[in-house]
Amino acid sequence: MALPGARARGWAAAAKIAQRRRHAEGARGSSSRAPPSSRAALYVHWPYCEKRCSYCNFNKYIPRGVEEAAMRSCLVTEAQTLLRLSGVRRVESVFFGGGTPSLASPSTVAAVLEAVDQAAHLPADSEVTLEANPTSAPRARLAAFGAAGVNRLSIGLQSLDDTELQLLGRTHSARDALQTLAEARRLFPGRVSVDLMLGLPAQQVGPWLGQLRTLLGCCDDHLSLYQLTLERGTALFTQVQWGTLPAPDPELAAEMYQEGRAMLREAGFRQYEVSNFARNGALSTHNWTYWQCGQYLGIGPGAHGRFVPQGAGGHTREARIQTLEPDNWMKEVMLFGHGTRRRIPLGQLELLEEVLAMGLRTDVGITHQHWQQFEPQLSLWDVFRSSREVKAQLAQGLLLLDHRGLRCSWEGLAVLDSLLLTLLPRLQEAWQQRTPSPVQGG
Amino acid sequence: MWTPVSRGRWHGRALTVWATAAAHRGLLEPRRTPSRGAAAKSRTLDRLYSSADRKEKIDMSRFSVENTRNFSIIAHVDHGKSTLADRLLELTGTIDKTKNNKQVLDKLQVERERGITVKAQTASLFYNCDGKQYLLNLIDTPGHVDFSYEVSRSLSACQGVLLVVDANEGIQAQTVANFFLAFEAQLSVIPVINKIDLKNADPARVEKQIEKVFDIPSDECIKISAKLGTNIERVLQAVIERIPPGVIANVALFDGVVSKGDKIISAYTKKTYEVNEVGVLNPNEQPTHKLYAGQVGYLIAGMKDVTEAQIGDTLYLHKQPVEPLPGFKSAKPMVFAGMYPIDQSEYNNLKSAVEKLTINDSSVTVHRDSSLALGAGWRLGFLGLLHMEVFNQRLEQEYNASVILTTPTVPYKAVLSSAKLIKEYREKEITIINPAQFPDKSKVTEYLEPVILGTIITPDEYTGKVMMLCQARRAVQKNMMYIDQNRVMLKYLFPLNEIVVDFYDSLKSLSSGYASFDYEDAGYQTAELVKMDILLNGNHVEELVTIVHKDKAHSVGKAICERLKDSLPRQLFEIAIQAAIGSKIIARETVKAYRKNVLAKCYGGDITRKMKLLKRQAEGKKKLRKIGNIEVPKDAFIKVLRTQPDK
Repeated sequence: MALPGARARGWAAAAKIAQRRRHAEGARGSSSRAPPSSRAALYVHWPYCEKRCSYCNFNKYIPRGVEEAAMRSCLVTEAQTLLRLSGVRRVESVFFGGGTPSLASPSTVAAVLEAVDQAAHLPADSEVTLEANPTSAPRARLAAFGAAGVNRLSIGLQSLDDTELQLLGRTHSARDALQTLAEARRLFPGRVSVDLMLGLPAQQVGPWLGQLRTLLGCCDDHLSLYQLTLERGTALFTQVQWGTLPAPDPELAAEMYQEGRAMLREAGFRQYEVSNFARNGALSTHNWTYWQCGQYLGIGPGAHGRFVPQGAGGHTREARIQTLEPDNWMKEVMLFGHGTRRRIPLGQLELLEEVLAMGLRTDVGITHQHWQQFEPQLSLWDVFRSSREVKAQLAQGLLLLDHRGLRCSWEGLAVLDSLLLTLLPRLQEAWQQRTPSPVQGG
Repeated sequence: MWTPVSRGRWHGRALTVWATAAAHRGLLEPRRTPSRGAAAKSRTLDRLYSSADRKEKIDMSRFSVENTRNFSIIAHVDHGKSTLADRLLELTGTIDKTKNNKQVLDKLQVERERGITVKAQTASLFYNCDGKQYLLNLIDTPGHVDFSYEVSRSLSACQGVLLVVDANEGIQAQTVANFFLAFEAQLSVIPVINKIDLKNADPARVEKQIEKVFDIPSDECIKISAKLGTNIERVLQAVIERIPPGVIANVALFDGVVSKGDKIISAYTKKTYEVNEVGVLNPNEQPTHKLYAGQVGYLIAGMKDVTEAQIGDTLYLHKQPVEPLPGFKSAKPMVFAGMYPIDQSEYNNLKSAVEKLTINDSSVTVHRDSSLALGAGWRLGFLGLLHMEVFNQRLEQEYNASVILTTPTVPYKAVLSSAKLIKEYREKEITIINPAQFPDKSKVTEYLEPVILGTIITPDEYTGKVMMLCQARRAVQKNMMYIDQNRVMLKYLFPLNEIVVDFYDSLKSLSSGYASFDYEDAGYQTAELVKMDILLNGNHVEELVTIVHKDKAHSVGKAICERLKDSLPRQLFEIAIQAAIGSKIIARETVKAYRKNVLAKCYGGDITRKMKLLKRQAEGKKKLRKIGNIEVPKDAFIKVLRTQPDK
């Protein structure tokens, strides 16, 4: 338990020095000259929570006691195995998500980071994010995560209203949230994000905007606004179905979203993705990788990954899902070195569909250069220029197609799912009609 | 030769056909076995239950006209008609006395579930009285007005009726309607007060009602309990004493003899057939050598289609023509509705189910139709609403077919003024079944709508509410009387379209279920009809064109717009839903544009799920019908067009 932690402090210390350098370079300055297939982001899933939140349908468990040493060793093993399989030489970001990863020991985090750095290269200025829940006495623990190598915090604040927090089944109070945020900013200046939910049952626009205003007075440079999705199987879903809670009003949620994003824009935030806002260039590089369809490995129970298993001789990108249930996952990792449950090869069209659907979530959308990396033959112009329905969306000012590429307008971003219902079939159609590329000889 | 049984009058050498449909249901279907030759053998026959030995051919020459009685039982729903029939069958030994004799004449699942009789049935009872053997032909009739065609058909074969009234509920609307059918047919009416065993029975009150409404002396009422079998013998005696002798038939022999090998001709179709078999029913068909005058039975004569066996038709021997007997008219549909398969891939299955069912029920008219929204289907004509529901239910229960049934409409008429149109239609007065064919006002003298005379009987505390309801339905009051101290009978002339959708439900709910309703056809009246269009952002929606009375245009238009608003999904732009008459907008609803439609979180793990969802939605979008640039799901049309489910 002590050993990996001690070694990791070495990496963490180096990372600290590198961070200062990194500030000068800007958020996305980390683009390396290494080919995309040798780079990846890494997601680490910590599946345990203290308590079940009423809205959450993620893969999480409320354990009586966590065998942390075993868990740690399995995460380390799986990271090593998948890095080897992928042939990835350079990990550009790590994200500890969950569950509640802030319940894990800082030494576990350190051990994983150390293993990653050993198996592949984890540059000192890589973004290492930890999802943390607000607590009443956060300081010492957050500092320990910092020492373990975490350099960015994402705080699950969710609301600044105690009644709402209770409704959501959160264990913290609004006061805890603000205190944790303040401590986090002191420890990770410029590297703290907060989540705020909108569209809760009975939530009204005015008070919610009040929360956002309060938050703007004390937040750091990154903020996420999430509309509540009622997921089947959650307590909230059941309550709404039984009528004990009013169903969230989509009209009000839309208004909160529009007013909220306008307020953030005024405060100097860039909406760089549907739900994500940053100022001073504090974008999350890890999530950016998802939206740009970069490679990522997922370790831990139920984690998802998308990468080419080059180390095992593969040439096709695969969608991979790890075994959901922690005990089974651990058994598999101990037996096989990894707990991959499903591997689904992604066809070229499927990949392009993901490039389209994910890329349009960002403010820059899909640049021609970006698209070309995935599809050199069929340009964005080829696909979308002639479609009558796409033209209608362009004319309506929801979508833009120009020399930069294809992207949503401010209004279009809010209705992207509707736009995609036209764009995806159009892409499929264009793909089927494309002139087949010359058959490779040999 | 054979003829419609008209009150014991003897007609020359003719034979009448009735209850064909009943015969088909009972017999054609089991007949689909190859050994008996399939549907090509159409039958015209009686459904005759008898206690005679079933193995042997029965000698029907035993029963003279003098010893034959033909009677029906008529009653309001649930007043005990079928139970009384069960007791009569038991008492005469036609069926065994067992606990299982529950409504033995109601054979269809729908009949047992709803406690109604849909198809007329016949049972022959053999009864000894004063040393004489009588043949009592009991014709069970449907009670409901929709089936009044079958009722009057049954009645036309009778000389008398048992009018059954519940000792607790008293006279109800259907009792009145059925009484007058019998009265107009000049039948002997024997009032029977049933359920005297019930705790709240008040036979004395019911006797007074009968005296007041029907002008029948109260001492003529027979008080019984069909359930317990009390006084059933007295009913049989009354049948013999008070009903004059007569003949009955599915094929009723009025004169002469018919036997196998005879050549017969239908007065209606003029087609010639060779008789393959004759016989009686007990209850299955029992071949006999011959059928004699005054007798009833069935006849197999190679008719290919049920429409060839018209109820009330007259058949006569080849080369011995007769005047067709009076009383024949084909059933006229009064309520029309579109019927479509829920999925077009089900079309052929549904087609064969509809065909089979209409063989069974020739009163349903079938025309192929198609709708842009609902695909290929049919426009069906029914005798009434219950008839429509029963048909639909039989489709579901007997053929396992589920369908979209559109809101019922009625047959409007237009008297044309445009010479060009008259030439085109080859007649001055046309019936409009499909709203798309509605001729413009400038080309007609007047429009006509079907009307009915409705009878409502209600406890007087609801009179006010009932009158308000009738007024709201454009009804004109014709009569109002107290049938006892606290029951009122109201008569109203209603436009038929005002009652086809939800009138009965409204009446029942405002009277806590106590008011009863029945109606009879009352012809056509002039009506200010207009064609109403539904527009989506200015584009006409063909499938939603509606013919409506001017006074109702606003409320109907508003209701359609509201239903559309609830079922049209939001789109990227605002949608104006409008109801319009010509260029005048009379109702409007708005579906606002989407302001937000994007999933909040979309990180790593969610991608697969998210892409699947998007692709499924995109796939569904391809199937939507486009009106202008608005995508309308089939569901939206269905929600607007289909009949509203029972509450």
